[in-house]
Amino acid sequence: MAQLFDPPAILGIKLFLIAITLAIAAVWVTFYKALPAHSGLLSPQQPIPFSHKHHVGDDGIDCRYCHWSVEKSSFAGIPSAQVCLTCHSQLFSDAPILEPLRESARTGVPIRWVRVHDLPDFVFFDHGIHLAKGVGCVECHGRVDRMPRIERVASLEMQWCLGCHRDPAPHLRRPQDVFDMASQPPRDASVRAQLASRLLSEQRLTDCSTCHR
Amino acid sequence: MPPVTLTRRNFLKLGAAAAALASGACSRPREPIVPYAHQPEGELPGVPRFYATAACFVGAAEGMLVESNTGRPTKVEGNTAHPGSLGATSVHGQASVLGLWDPERSKAPRRRGLPATRGALERDIADALARFRDSGGEGLRLLVRDASSPTLLRQLDRLVKRFPRVRVHRWDPLHRDRGREGARLAFGRPLEPLYRLEEAGAILSLDSRFLDDHPYRLNYARQFARARTPRDGQMCRLYALESAPSLVGAMADHRFAMSVPAIEGWLSGKNATYDTIFKDLRQNRGVILAGEALSPQAHALVHRLNAQLGAPVSYIEPPREETQPLADLVEAMRKGAVGLLVILEGNPAYDAPLDLDFGAALAQVPLSVHLSLYEDETSARCTWHVPSTHFMEHWSDARAFDGTAAIVQPLIAPLYDGVSPHELLLLLTGEGKGGYDLVRETWRDTDWDGALRTGVIQDSAFPASPVTPRVSPGSIPSQQQGWQVRFVADEALLDGRFANNAWLQELPRADSKLTWDNAALLSPASAKELGVANGDLVDIAIGERRLRAPAWVTPAQADASVTLPLGYGRSRAGAIGNGVGFDANPLRTRAEPWNAGGARVTKAPGRHEFATTQNHARMEGRDLARHVDLTHMDSFRKERPRNSLYPGWPYDGYRWAMSIDLNACIGCNACTIACQAENNIPTVGKDQVIAGREMHWIRVDRYYEDHRTLFQPVPCMHCENAPCEYVCPVEASVHDSEGLNVQVYNRCVGTRFCSQNCPYKVRRFNFFDHTPKDESLKAQMNPEVTVRMRGVMEKCTYCVQRITRARIEAEKQGRRISDGEVITACQAACPTNAIMFGDLSDEKSEINRAKRSPLQYDLLAELNTRPRTSYAARIVNRNPELKDG
Repeated sequence: MAQLFDPPAILGIKLFLIAITLAIAAVWVTFYKALPAHSGLLSPQQPIPFSHKHHVGDDGIDCRYCHWSVEKSSFAGIPSAQVCLTCHSQLFSDAPILEPLRESARTGVPIRWVRVHDLPDFVFFDHGIHLAKGVGCVECHGRVDRMPRIERVASLEMQWCLGCHRDPAPHLRRPQDVFDMASQPPRDASVRAQLASRLLSEQRLTDCSTCHR
Repeated sequence: MPPVTLTRRNFLKLGAAAAALASGACSRPREPIVPYAHQPEGELPGVPRFYATAACFVGAAEGMLVESNTGRPTKVEGNTAHPGSLGATSVHGQASVLGLWDPERSKAPRRRGLPATRGALERDIADALARFRDSGGEGLRLLVRDASSPTLLRQLDRLVKRFPRVRVHRWDPLHRDRGREGARLAFGRPLEPLYRLEEAGAILSLDSRFLDDHPYRLNYARQFARARTPRDGQMCRLYALESAPSLVGAMADHRFAMSVPAIEGWLSGKNATYDTIFKDLRQNRGVILAGEALSPQAHALVHRLNAQLGAPVSYIEPPREETQPLADLVEAMRKGAVGLLVILEGNPAYDAPLDLDFGAALAQVPLSVHLSLYEDETSARCTWHVPSTHFMEHWSDARAFDGTAAIVQPLIAPLYDGVSPHELLLLLTGEGKGGYDLVRETWRDTDWDGALRTGVIQDSAFPASPVTPRVSPGSIPSQQQGWQVRFVADEALLDGRFANNAWLQELPRADSKLTWDNAALLSPASAKELGVANGDLVDIAIGERRLRAPAWVTPAQADASVTLPLGYGRSRAGAIGNGVGFDANPLRTRAEPWNAGGARVTKAPGRHEFATTQNHARMEGRDLARHVDLTHMDSFRKERPRNSLYPGWPYDGYRWAMSIDLNACIGCNACTIACQAENNIPTVGKDQVIAGREMHWIRVDRYYEDHRTLFQPVPCMHCENAPCEYVCPVEASVHDSEGLNVQVYNRCVGTRFCSQNCPYKVRRFNFFDHTPKDESLKAQMNPEVTVRMRGVMEKCTYCVQRITRARIEAEKQGRRISDGEVITACQAACPTNAIMFGDLSDEKSEINRAKRSPLQYDLLAELNTRPRTSYAARIVNRNPELKDG
């Protein structure tokens, strides 16, 4: 029997099949790598192995000591080397592990921490208003007081944001509890309703323009 | 390029490599968080801070508050306390922040074109000064553009003390010498008139351009708008005689396009129009303003006429200037009498009068030092070029037109190795201080902290002097008749100093709507006579001097005259400004800086392609930009929104809305640039503007109707029934609960259906990736606004980031946003408060007050889009006794 396809066509078919295989592989790798869990960003190495567990859980330092702008600004604030050195000029003042910190203070060159909670650039999140409305730190950041190395516990995908924006009441804490890692949202329905009454309408909370501009 | 030969093997190799690289590029980039090493006091990342400073663009200071986002100046706002701003900003003020971040700014000193150190400069100057020591500074010359800074004046005094024979010269291509000379003729002293336009019942502008490029333009614009607000059926009437299209003429109730000799002739001669206008001026507390193109004698005559009218004008006396003209300097340079020339800013090799031939004379100076932001035409001819610091990088001081002083304070350390004019002068005066100490010392008796905080030094305005003009200032010299050539500062580039500023290059000029070009402006009758149309080249010759330029026809131009905007045709402005437009300076002489007669204009072969943003100037029967006669305001009719079977959408919160008062709008374009700065709007370049792809979110439409120019700013209308929304296949264009029509960039797939269906054509599409690639330009971006990529539709958001900020602050305090708390970028910049913005659900809000005006109407109301943005019609106040104009 004569060959069904002539050699150039066979080459074309082979190339096509290879292209499909490569395309499937590329798509798979793309999605796999883009998933937060596999992107290596959930709990990256930091320039200094800073332990929130030690500072928050063991020593009981308030979040706002270091993240000082969290109530006033959209950005929570990352402490300057100077802030760290308020204690560490006395404690572990010559620990080799803190050398980057001392160097930063000495040279004025900032430490470059690796961002763990990274939102896309078209999303505008404001820490201040979330705290003011009773969304506690632990709600999004998890039990930071138990994390030797900071890690991300929430997906930070839009679906996850909307989960709360559509039905915020179960996620709200009393104002005095927002910085308390161990606190729970009140179970009492009337307290919940009272906390939720300070919010804007669900329509407003789910408007595109609330987070995108 | 050699022909591509690709074997099968190499193809597969490349393909595999590309796939591998592509898959590796998929993970998100690791973004660092960079905290401060030493936290500045009071700094709150994410919350901008504002610093009061000031800058001179048209000969006097404009006060401003510059927004700083964690140390980066990103946006300019006006300073309400400053008389040269009153809260408003000019296009130049807005665009100056782009100038700061321009990556093409000069970065290091150069000696004869080669990089050199500042130490070498200091040695060179010290050596030269050592030679001058015995002669008392003979041969040491200074050339300054602007000598109004009190600290600079103090330094010059000191320099004269050290070198008694030093000479300081001044050259500003946009000088106002004729007005000063006129005041000298009238009063014996170079006084400056300070008009109180607010009190005027009628204004006669003789080519005065008081809204365009007058040093007090923002203040006059605000006063003018107030005078034009009808009270008890009365409002200020404006007559304009003008030789070149200007905002003043566009706003006039009676406009006469006349050449400069014709205006001067009209002023001295008696005719019916003159009598009628002067009768009105006498009866209604009129005032006359004269422009720089008029002769000193005409200025003196105007002072006398104003005195006769009892016009609302006072005269202030600026401190005596000890500077000498440029011509004396050039003469000395030619004779070889100049050993060291220090040029503080300015670009005389480009813009000095042609008959002086400054560039050639400069070559004969053994040591010349040029301080400037860019390495420009003058730098190329000087021994030394020294990069100047931007005004946001140095300490200085500046005076507003009325004399009110302000401290120029830096917001950022110098980006490059530049020095301020004061610091360069220190090399000559031999003081061992910094710019800060110098300025501080000038104002040692004032409340320094208060001056920095408020942006003005209290009670520093020049006192008004009671004067009466002399009776006979001399007759007005007759000017050459025939074709007139009128030189004007380009409204965006001025004398060319903003040539490398893309925002200003792409800003549609008020009258012509041209971008990226200047043009020889001709009247329709003259164009017909010459047989030229838009884009045809014309030859303009005055004696031996000639110039070829593309023509642009505008009804605002006087017959038999041609207007040539300055500031173009730069050869060393930078990649953006080089070779754009034509240079009009080769026709400009010392004796005739603003108007030259006896010209020959002929049609030349060839055409030039212009980039204009509005190709049609008629409304074609649609009532878009409306105007109504003051006496017939009751007859103003507007469409009522059509009835609907459906109930209106219930809004339980804020309902944002805007109102634009066409009676106040002077068409200055400040809103367009302010919006551009606030909302990270890119420039697209001339070819893309020709393709109709400009990106401005708010444009100012211009119509010629009934012999007048009408301006109409058009942002997104935020329609209740928005036509863009129901054609979007991915719901990227949606309404929010406060009535904003929002564009969701991350949803947009770029079908452009919305833009197609928008009757107002306010949607803009990113055909290409226009995001800045340069780190320096990235720093200018507003961090509160998304930077859009290619393939995304965008448009006015009512400054949703400002609304959000106000809402967050209000919600934190558990209150509603109060009226006036949200000010959009366009509204803040507007010199005449033409733009109102606010919440319709607040009955007492300003926006509701504006919307209740009987002159309110909706644009294209017949489409039933129910726009949130509405307009108030312009009011025309014609003199019933005057038929023409």
